Amino acid sequence: MRAYDKVLLARASDRAMGSYYIGRIIDGFIELHGDRSYGDDGAIVGGVGYLDRRPVTVIAMHRGESLEERMKRNFGCPSPEGYRKALRLMKQAEKFGRPVICFVGSPGAYCGITAEERGQGQAIAQNLWEMAALEVPILTVVTGEGGSGGALALSVCDRMIMFENAVYSVVSPEGCATILWKDANRAPDAAEVLGLTSDDLYRLGIADEILPEGERTPEEIAKALKKTLVSALREIDKVHISRLLATRYERYRRIGRLT
Amino acid sequence: MERIMHRCRKCGRETPEEVLKGNWWICPGCGGYFRMSARERIRLTVDEGSFRELDPALLGGNPLAFPDYEEKLERARETSGERDAVVTGYGKIGGRKCAFFVMDSGFMMGSMGTVVGEKITRVFEYATENGLPVIGFTCSGGARMQEGVLSLMQMAKISAACRWHSNAGLFYMVILTDPTTGGVTASFAMEGDVIAAEPGALIGFAGQRVIEQTTGQTLPEGFQRAEFQLEHGFADMIIGRKKMKETVSSLIDLYTVRIRPADRRTGRESGR
Repeated sequence: MRAYDKVLLARASDRAMGSYYIGRIIDGFIELHGDRSYGDDGAIVGGVGYLDRRPVTVIAMHRGESLEERMKRNFGCPSPEGYRKALRLMKQAEKFGRPVICFVGSPGAYCGITAEERGQGQAIAQNLWEMAALEVPILTVVTGEGGSGGALALSVCDRMIMFENAVYSVVSPEGCATILWKDANRAPDAAEVLGLTSDDLYRLGIADEILPEGERTPEEIAKALKKTLVSALREIDKVHISRLLATRYERYRRIGRLT
Repeated sequence: MERIMHRCRKCGRETPEEVLKGNWWICPGCGGYFRMSARERIRLTVDEGSFRELDPALLGGNPLAFPDYEEKLERARETSGERDAVVTGYGKIGGRKCAFFVMDSGFMMGSMGTVVGEKITRVFEYATENGLPVIGFTCSGGARMQEGVLSLMQMAKISAACRWHSNAGLFYMVILTDPTTGGVTASFAMEGDVIAAEPGALIGFAGQRVIEQTTGQTLPEGFQRAEFQLEHGFADMIIGRKKMKETVSSLIDLYTVRIRPADRRTGRESGR
């Protein structure tokens, strides 16, 4: 499969995303709203629930199902309020000592006047800065399209689990082709060289695990994902928090380490 | 000897380089700011003779075998005289020792790839180990596309180094210069204890053309300029070039003089 075919699969409108997997994996999920400073962003859903009887905080990018819902959720493109809500819930998870699970799948942070006025860059930066030292385990699951800084703001973690057909990129292949070659039709060429497939991320040491999709139904995938998350947390539990944070630092420190 | 002339992007007036060098790279005609190289910034900011460069030889390759990237790097190296888009080091400002990074828009528009990520990370680590403040000048079009997802991850890498520098109780001041956008804005440009900006600098996350195309809206006058960021609460102050060194050195004083030493946390290995 070409890299660009994976991009299309990751974006497919009928693809099961974070909210679906929350429904399948998290018991007794209760959604919590708002950033306590400006508003509530529908492009990011957050809340608390149980993963295998253990309380967890869950944060998921959400693009909605129907057209109406998609418009309400801004097609899954978060605004600064979304990132600030996510951070508020992460800090709360730290207070109550529960792990954080993030689901990533969004074309990217919203590019609009209002987002700039309310500090889109600052909101993303703040999350990267806080997550680097958040004193609870963070697991990130990339279910669909991981679009640039807007995806990274929920991706600083101890384990990154990536769906086989999910992608993760610094720029959309269309954007890259337009900027470099002035031709959006060359997006498939850009996709090949951007290093955005799950195999690429695994090879580059960014993703820890690829969740096979193959012919499996979302329900079967959900079961496998739950198992993966539970066992990842069990492993992380054995590690003292200071060691976990040092290891988290090293995860990013070694990417593009030069000598 | 032939004089090198520079044309002002605001008023169009041409000024000889030696005049600009003696005038903080400010247009004598309209007062507009020219972009300046990292070396010029260092000359104007760091005490004469005190600057020591870190990692001057660090050289990047083409990690994803991106087409035409080597040629682009080669050309950027020739025209800028730098190996990549940031210069790092330590030295003194007004007699106070600090670590620096200065980005250079003359090298592929200051874009951030693995070399930029590695050098800025190292300068934060150096400062953490040596108990120094970090003074950074940003100037960047954002992440460098030719290094794909590796570029993106430099945002997380630098942010983590910046966080542990902060946890050690150390001061980080960042000065946003024209332009500071994309992944740089969405990471270390917005993580300073003090965030200052140069007058009129373009500072934002999304590019203006992208916003116009995405939303179909016309951008308001002054959108994403330094003054806009100050008004919206994302910068502490705007500092003109002639006052830059003096202001930075006063701030270093205010943030590093301790009457009773604070209970310092000891860095990233600490369990707290």
